[in-house]
Amino acid sequence: MIRVGVVGASGYTGGELLRLLLGHPQVEIVSATSERSAGKFLYQLHPHLRGRTTLRFVSQTALEACDVLLLALPHGEAQQHIETYANLAGRIIDLSADFRLRDAAEYERTYGSPHAAPDWIERFTYGLPETNREALAHSHYVSGVGCNATATTLAVWALAQAGLLPASQPLISDVKVGSSEAGRQPGDSSHHPARSGVARPFQMVGHRHEAEVRQSLAPCGEYDARIAVTSVEMVRGVAAAVHVTLPVGLSERDLWSAYRTAWTSQSFVRIVHESGGSFRHPEPRLLAGTNYADVGWEYDPFTGRAVLMCALDNLGKGAAGTAVQCLNIMYGFEETTGLEYGGIYP
Amino acid sequence: MSQNLCPECAAVVVLPADVMQNELLPCPDCGTELEIISLNPVTLERAPEVEEDWGE
Repeated sequence: MIRVGVVGASGYTGGELLRLLLGHPQVEIVSATSERSAGKFLYQLHPHLRGRTTLRFVSQTALEACDVLLLALPHGEAQQHIETYANLAGRIIDLSADFRLRDAAEYERTYGSPHAAPDWIERFTYGLPETNREALAHSHYVSGVGCNATATTLAVWALAQAGLLPASQPLISDVKVGSSEAGRQPGDSSHHPARSGVARPFQMVGHRHEAEVRQSLAPCGEYDARIAVTSVEMVRGVAAAVHVTLPVGLSERDLWSAYRTAWTSQSFVRIVHESGGSFRHPEPRLLAGTNYADVGWEYDPFTGRAVLMCALDNLGKGAAGTAVQCLNIMYGFEETTGLEYGGIYP
Repeated sequence: MSQNLCPECAAVVVLPADVMQNELLPCPDCGTELEIISLNPVTLERAPEVEEDWGE
């Protein structure tokens, strides 16, 4: 049994971490921090946890030493106090963007300010097991993943690995997202009368996750990844459709072969590419609460035009689920431990 | 039981021992409806789909 603390546990990602870790047979949660809600029971902010724990939030000043700290803080905070956290736990998984990018200059270009702990960057391993599992098994410090970056990377990974995705083209990732991506703090744009029912272009160019995708795909080529995000009527969910051009004349069998090579041995990526039916392509609604990423494609063999798709839960595979998957890999647990939930339908 | 490949996606399709000619079954991967058009040797083809008749 490993002793785990969750720092910044009051947000939606923190809540998802708590839900998953409470069901993990190898984990005991010893601390969950929230500065504003210290003293409250966890269920008072995360009502779905009622009856599952008697833990209360504590301030970071009361954080106990433990085996692993999972940091679910707003971007920019983990890097300010990383030495403090490292003195409390031998292993850290930071779900923010602070330690995802391998290069401090790239971090500054992407996030607009110098990194506060550049010496720590190289100690962290990027936490997407499907592209980086080997390195994670030997890491003590692991970064989280960006949800939109993960959906885009997984959408194109199989064909990039197979050499079927020429790098001499921009990868245009049209991403539809749910409201929980905006976090727990309400604002004018998330107020229900303003948010409900929208198909709102949120950020069409220059999304911060583009650098993360470029970094993930670097072993396959120097890709120009572009992400355009639209907020739609979902709470949880990301649906990425990456518009690309492939060689003409590929067969369905060629594409199936590439996808099977990439994904058959992966527990949490499923190929969804059916010839008919309502759910023949990846659909995020089915994935709420799960750690699955579903991938698929549509391809025109005469022109080479293709759309490569991925759906996932932004709080699950796009954040907390992948973090728990990384924890399992770091400790040599079965990778699916605590992540077996398969979703609900309808 | 015997194994054959889906003609559309090359998935392994496991056929029951008592399979019959012209029997229909879906591919487990791509969901394509397949028809067993012969038993010796076992041959699978994409089953013909019902065409819409728009009255023309």
